[in-house]
Amino acid sequence: MKYTEDHEWIQLDGDIATIGVSAHAAEQLGDVVYVELPEVGAEFDKGDDAAVVESVKAASEIYAPLGGVITAVNEALEETPETVNAAPETDGWFFKMKISDASELDGMMDAEAYKKFLASED
Amino acid sequence: MSDEETKHTQLYDFHVERGGKMVPFAGYAMPVQYPMGVMKEHLHCRAAAGLFDVSHMGQAFIIADDGTFETAAAFLEKLVPCDVKSLEPGQQRYTQFLNEDGGILDDLMVSRLGLDGHEHWIYIVVNAGCKDADFAHINKNLPNGLKLKILDDMSLIALQGPKAVDVISQYIPDARTMPFMSSLDVPLNGMWCHISRSGYTGEDGYEIAVKHTDVVAMCELFLSHDEVELIGLGARDSLRLEAGLCLYGHDIDTTTSPVEAGLIWSIQKHRREQGGFIGAARVQKDIAERPVRRRVGIQPEGRAPAREGTIIQNTDGKEIGVITSGGFGPSHGGPVAMGYVKRRYSRVGTDVNLLIRGKAKPAKVVKLPFVPNNFYRG
Repeated sequence: MKYTEDHEWIQLDGDIATIGVSAHAAEQLGDVVYVELPEVGAEFDKGDDAAVVESVKAASEIYAPLGGVITAVNEALEETPETVNAAPETDGWFFKMKISDASELDGMMDAEAYKKFLASED
Repeated sequence: MSDEETKHTQLYDFHVERGGKMVPFAGYAMPVQYPMGVMKEHLHCRAAAGLFDVSHMGQAFIIADDGTFETAAAFLEKLVPCDVKSLEPGQQRYTQFLNEDGGILDDLMVSRLGLDGHEHWIYIVVNAGCKDADFAHINKNLPNGLKLKILDDMSLIALQGPKAVDVISQYIPDARTMPFMSSLDVPLNGMWCHISRSGYTGEDGYEIAVKHTDVVAMCELFLSHDEVELIGLGARDSLRLEAGLCLYGHDIDTTTSPVEAGLIWSIQKHRREQGGFIGAARVQKDIAERPVRRRVGIQPEGRAPAREGTIIQNTDGKEIGVITSGGFGPSHGGPVAMGYVKRRYSRVGTDVNLLIRGKAKPAKVVKLPFVPNNFYRG
């Protein structure tokens, strides 16, 4: 699993990337009450706004960490957004995308590096 | 605010020690939430009792040198539209400071002390973000023979929720039957306090002014009761929004009049008719001609919250207003919002659209509050 500095995680399987928010991000967001997911087939460049996650307090954008086309979204989050808090790095995934350029993953953090990054942010 | 030091209340260390996540608010570092989280804090307050630090708010006395309540009340009635003169000792009212155009400078609580020998003292509580301007406004209008005494040695805490009465009445038996919007000046476990039955959650509860030197001990005392949990600003906001209460700077400000804001209930009949307060002409005009827009409750359909600033459209796509407070209501179990719409769209049940991230989403004008108020009226 790879992590971005925006606190997203990416699990790559062939050219399909599954994307969600890290346990740290879920904790920072607080109780998630709504998730707006992209349409299947939507195309994003790296860094585009792809989804929105809302807690009681505020709305936060989720950026596409990679360029590509959405192939699936986690529709279960529409009814049970609290899964983002309960299982952020497994059942709380947001969307899957067919990535256009695997090299965009180069330099992204692994779990160990992300842990260090979090420590440095505090 | 960047070059200004963020202020701390007396409870700053107390919050940090208990895991409070401190954020800047109105010039103060205040806890937005504790480890329990906003959702659970909110639900706990509605089910049991929640303890809030609201010491950032401004507190002051207005006292006349002639020792009469009438002189102080006559002065304050020039600045606020509510009936101050008829306040009985120990009685409290909600009101607003208005500017010349009838816009709201701040909203506040005004009460007459019930303490023997101090029944001529008027006590006010104003918003943190407005307090310096409010006190300057009072001082500017203050005639000789009257004093504004700012209480910078007093903290303010709130204990809110259906179990608050059980906690407080263990120390102050009379607090069980004191009516909503009344106050007592009494010792609580040896700590002198001004306690009023009021709050900002829609629940039964108390606001307690206590000396800086006693506030930590008083909070520790309340927290020693199992039914009491600390509640941060996050849940304070969702609680008041569900209760349909205005947040200054959002739902009311200098561009809104009390009539537009639906606060006319706080202006007693003879004051509407006789005026005699700053901004009276606007209030009277809004009553006579009816206001152009009205504050209403908005129920978004579905689960997407509509945040402050969201444009409200009619079903034909024409802009008719704006959301001024919006979020998720944990007790309501869905999104809740309030905002202003043109008067013809203010009727309960009117279908409207909310422009959320570029998409029109259906919503309805609804009656406030979203969660029934639970005040103790005796």
